[in-house]
Amino acid sequence: MIDKVVSSAHHALSGIKDGMTLMLGGFGICGIPENSIAELVKMKTNGLTCISNNAGVDDFGLGLLLKGKQIKKMISSYVGENEEFERQMLSGELEVDLIPQGSLAERCRAGGAGIPAFFTPAGFGTEVAEGKEARLFNGKPHILEHALHADFAIVKAWKGDAAGNLIYKATAKNFNPMMAMAGKITVAEVEELLPVGALDPNEIHTPGIFVQRIFQGEKYEKRIEQRTLRKT
Amino acid sequence: MLDKIGIAKRIAQELKDGFYVNLGIGIPTLVANYVPKGISIEFQSENGILGMGPFPFEGMEDPDLINAGKQTITALDGAVYFDSATSFAMIRGQHVQLTVLGAMEVSENGDIANWKIPGKMVKGMGGAMDLVASAENIIVAMMHTNKKGHSKLLKNCSLPLTGVACVKKIVTNLAVMEVIPDEGFKLIERAPGVTVQEIQAATEGCLLIDGEVPEMQFAPRV
Repeated sequence: MIDKVVSSAHHALSGIKDGMTLMLGGFGICGIPENSIAELVKMKTNGLTCISNNAGVDDFGLGLLLKGKQIKKMISSYVGENEEFERQMLSGELEVDLIPQGSLAERCRAGGAGIPAFFTPAGFGTEVAEGKEARLFNGKPHILEHALHADFAIVKAWKGDAAGNLIYKATAKNFNPMMAMAGKITVAEVEELLPVGALDPNEIHTPGIFVQRIFQGEKYEKRIEQRTLRKT
Repeated sequence: MLDKIGIAKRIAQELKDGFYVNLGIGIPTLVANYVPKGISIEFQSENGILGMGPFPFEGMEDPDLINAGKQTITALDGAVYFDSATSFAMIRGQHVQLTVLGAMEVSENGDIANWKIPGKMVKGMGGAMDLVASAENIIVAMMHTNKKGHSKLLKNCSLPLTGVACVKKIVTNLAVMEVIPDEGFKLIERAPGVTVQEIQAATEGCLLIDGEVPEMQFAPRV
């Protein structure tokens, strides 16, 4: 067994420097690596390019890095819940590359799987297709999308073991498995870190080969963005 | 004229037994409340669940269990969770039979715009571009006119497009229409109490009227 355990977010993120490209898992603020984000705020690293489906909310998740002007560029699919994000984007302070959610997921997956590019129909005929090669397959137009890579991929899982094997919970899985594959260094933070042998190999979602460092998060706030309830 | 719930009820009549369905945010989400009795439907939410159930009771909400609108939800028996690449494989690979989504504009050739107002509102497309590019059957749920009273059914969309020539059917507060490629919006049904003339007046794009246009029927729920 190759032991991937580090003692804290501080050690897990060592080596992240100004101007690097990071992937951060999560959908909205569900399944985000919140301990690592808190550490990035402390590190004051800036000029970051962040690949993440969303940009958090104003006072949680990646919104915290936006507030500190640590992010130079965001690569995302939806940024609707964050006023500071919208302000920085419309004023030109922040570069933003908006790409369709499925293309974002597949570009991360391709990056980790050694596939340099692929054709997808999503975005054909829209501004997303500008400057991209288009080609017909079976009579239907597709555009060429390139793989995404990151200096660090930072993911959040429910359970993990010392070998870096990961299990996610419910819809907190989202982008985490693909991003885990696509980092030069992948950091996994988990709610529960277990010794090897504790996880059933049949149930592991991300094989430890994709993970270089793993730690148990100090605490999880796990905020809810839209608390919707049934009355009766 | 229909309200948002009426639009959702009318779209629910399009559901067929055995369909996997993706519902967008807003009016489309309401469709789940009016599934006709006696048919089985599974709802997919593109953030990673099939077999999505209703909102949780107070105290049962789970921050790790949400839909694509970031709302807390529940999972039905037989539900499954999956990552975003698998989710869009279901969508791109046309394993989802019906997509219902909202729009800011639809053009008479089936183009749709729903993600951006240049200089004003930039929220992003989320999964909408993947959904409209691949779904075999797309129904748009929206009001016929915008808040200023301008038609949302146009000759050409003025806003940045989400997808081209993809919308098949549109259900608004005034009417049900089908997009006939190279022709226009074919009027299929009128909302209760709405005349063909009123629909015509609220439609900027070419409205195709073929004989008597029936009024929508809403069967009483049993």
